[in-house]
Amino acid sequence: MENVLQIVYWIPLLPLIGFLINGLGRNYLSKGLTSIIGSGTILAAFAMSIWVFLHVKEGGGYVAHYFDFISVGKLVIPFEFKVDELSSLFLLIITGVGFLIHLYSTAYMHEEKPAHFARYFSYLNLFVFSMLLLVMGANFVIMFIGWEGVGLCSYLLIGYWFKNQEYNKAANKAFIMNRIGDLAFLIAIFWIISKLNTVSYDEVFTAASLAKFSATDLTAITLLLFVGATGKSAQIPLYTWLPDAMAGPTPVSALIHAATMVTAGIYMIARSNLLYSMAPFTMNLVAIIGLATALLAATIAMKQNDIKKVLAYSTVSQLGFMFLALGTGAYVAAVFHVMTHAFFKALLFLGSGSVIHAMGGDQDIRNMGGLSGKLKITFITFLIGCIAIAGIPPFSGFFSKDAILLSAYIKSPIFYGIALFTALLTAFYMFRLFFVSFTGTFRGTEEQKHHLHESPWAMTLPLIILAVLSIIGGFVGVPEVISHGGDKLTAFLSPVIPVHEGHEVSASTEYMLMGLSTGLVLVMIIAAWFIYRKYSAKENTGLAKVLEHKWYVDEFYEAIIVKPLHKLGGFLNNVIERSVVDGLVNGVGKAVNYGSRQLRLLQSGQVGSYVLLMVLSMVLIFVLQFFLRK
Amino acid sequence: MPINYYIFLSLALFAIGIVGVLTRRNAIIIFMCIELMLNAVNLLLVAFSKMHHLQLSGSNAVAGSEGQLFVFFIMVVAAAEVSVGLAIIVMLYRNVHSVDVNFLNRLKH
Repeated sequence: MENVLQIVYWIPLLPLIGFLINGLGRNYLSKGLTSIIGSGTILAAFAMSIWVFLHVKEGGGYVAHYFDFISVGKLVIPFEFKVDELSSLFLLIITGVGFLIHLYSTAYMHEEKPAHFARYFSYLNLFVFSMLLLVMGANFVIMFIGWEGVGLCSYLLIGYWFKNQEYNKAANKAFIMNRIGDLAFLIAIFWIISKLNTVSYDEVFTAASLAKFSATDLTAITLLLFVGATGKSAQIPLYTWLPDAMAGPTPVSALIHAATMVTAGIYMIARSNLLYSMAPFTMNLVAIIGLATALLAATIAMKQNDIKKVLAYSTVSQLGFMFLALGTGAYVAAVFHVMTHAFFKALLFLGSGSVIHAMGGDQDIRNMGGLSGKLKITFITFLIGCIAIAGIPPFSGFFSKDAILLSAYIKSPIFYGIALFTALLTAFYMFRLFFVSFTGTFRGTEEQKHHLHESPWAMTLPLIILAVLSIIGGFVGVPEVISHGGDKLTAFLSPVIPVHEGHEVSASTEYMLMGLSTGLVLVMIIAAWFIYRKYSAKENTGLAKVLEHKWYVDEFYEAIIVKPLHKLGGFLNNVIERSVVDGLVNGVGKAVNYGSRQLRLLQSGQVGSYVLLMVLSMVLIFVLQFFLRK
Repeated sequence: MPINYYIFLSLALFAIGIVGVLTRRNAIIIFMCIELMLNAVNLLLVAFSKMHHLQLSGSNAVAGSEGQLFVFFIMVVAAAEVSVGLAIIVMLYRNVHSVDVNFLNRLKH
C-alpha cells in the first residue's frame, strides 16, 4: 500500500498556490482576501506539518518519489521529498513561526496599497514555499532549488520598498553575497556527482560511510558546502548582508533573518552530519568561524543604535553559536538552538516591529525610552525574549545555549571561554537594548509621544504565542543530568543524527558550567541595568566608535573588493568593450561598406569591359587548371 | 590532312573573334565576331567528328556523328540568336541613332 506520507507535497504546494493567487490577482483582491489566502495557506501547511510530524514520530521517515527531475546518461536526479525526523521538525518551525509572522504582517503592513499588500504576501508565500522545498528535498539538487528560491525571495522582500535606493542596494548586497556562497554549494554538488553519480542524501551518505570518498574529496566537499552555508547563514566572511537586510519590513526580518532562511546553512550541515563527522579539518574550521562570528557580531551589537541592527547582529552572533555547535559535533544542540532561536528571535523582531509601529517608523533607540507604560504586551513579551536569548533558566535559550557551551567545553576550554564571553556580551547588549528602549523617560518628539499606542491583536497575539514558546520551548531538550530522559530532542533526532557516546563530563562539572554561565549572565544584566537605566545619548569615542562602525568591515570590503572590481569593470568597459569589442563589430560593418563601395565600380555598364573580364577570368581558369593539374 | 591544321585554324578564328569582340565598338561587327567564334567551334567539331569516323568506322558505322549533330544545333541556335540580336540592334539604332556599344550603359542606372 502506498504510504500516507506520499501526500506531503501539499505542504509546499499550498504556499505556492497562495503565491500564485496573490501574485496574479494582486490588482483585484482586497486586503482582507489577500490576508486570508496568504495566512490561510500557511496555516493549512502548518496543520499538515503537525500531522506529518506525528506520523514521523510514530512510524519513522519516508521518501516520497514523484518524478525524475533530471535524467542524463547514468545520472538520474529524482524529484523526491524526504520527510524524516530532522525535516519534519524544520517543517514545524517554518510553517508555525511562518504563520505567526503572516498573521502579524496582516496588521503591520496594513497601510500599504492593496496591490503592494498582495505583492508582499505573495513574496512571503513564495519564500515559505522555497524554504519548505529546501528542507523537504531528498537530494542536494532539490535543496539547491529551495536554496536559490530563498535567496531570490530575500532579495525581493529586502527590496520591497523599491523606491528607496538604499534599500535596493541592501537587496543587491544580500543577493550577491548569497550568490558567492551558492557558487561554492554548486561546485560541491558537482563534485559529489562526479564522484558518485548521485545526489540523493541516502546514497551519498551510504557511500561516504562505505569510504567511497577519499579524505581530500570529503574535506573539499564539506568545505565547499560550508562556504555555501556561510553565505546563507551569514558567517564570516559573508555576514555583512544580514544587518543591511534590515531594510525590509520588520516581519520580513523576523521571517527571513531569524526564523527560517539563515537556518538553511545549519540545516544543510546537520543534514550532512555524516560527511562532516568524517572531515575533522572542516569541523575545526566550522567551529572557529562560528566562534569568531559569534564574538565579532556580539561586540558590534554592543554599540548599535538601530533597534533592528542590534537584533540583526544578535542573529549573526547566535548563528555563530550554532556553527560552533556544528563544528564541535553537537549537531542536535545546533538544531535545538535553531528551534529556540526561531522562537525568541522572531519574538524579538516582531516586538521591535511593534515598537517601530508605535514610534511611527522610527528605529533609533536613542529616541525611545520609557515605552513600558504604553506598550504593555510588547514590553512583557520583549522582556521574555531578552531573558530567553540571554539564557536564564528555565527559558528556552538557556537549554540550547547550555548544550552548545557544554560541547564547546568538551572540545576545548578555550572555545568554552570565548563562547561564554560571547554569551555574556549577548546578555549585556540585549538588556542594553531593552533598558534603553523600555525604561527611563521618553526621548522622542511630542508628536511621537502622542502617537504611542499598543498594536492591534493581530500583532500582539503572535507575540504572546511566541513568548509562551520562548518560555517552554527548551523543555524538549533538558540535559540528562537534570532529568533522566529529558533530552527528548536527541532521542527524536537519533535516526538522522547518530548519538556519539563518550566525551562525557561528570554531572558536577555540568552543574558547575550551568551555574557559572547563569550567574555571570545575571551579573551582566544587572550591570546593563545600572549603566543604561538612565540612558542619555552621547558621542562614542575610541573602541566604542569602532564598534559602532562595525569594525569598519564594510569599509574594508569596499576598499579591497568592491573598489578594485569597479576599477576592473571600468577598465573592461572603457578599453576592452569600447576598443576591442565595439571595434570588431564596427570594423566588420565598415569593411563590408568599403568593400562594396569598391566592388560597385565594376558595374560600369560597359559591355566591353564585362566581356574583357569574362575572357580574362576564363583564361585565368584555364591557366590555373593547366598548372594545378598533376 | 592532320587534325593539327584544323585545330590551329579554328584557334586562329576563335582568337580573331575574341579580339574583335573586345576591341570593336560597332555592334554589328561585334556580332559578326561572335558568329566567327561560333563557327570556329563548328569547324573544330566537324573536324573531330570526321577524325573519329575514320578511326572507328570499322566497328561502328555511326561513330563521330554526334559532333555533326551538335553543329546543326549550334547553327539553329545561332540563327535564332542572330534574328533577336539584329532586331535589338535595329531598335537601338532607332532610339539612339548609333550602333556604338559604349552608348549602351543605361542598364547601369
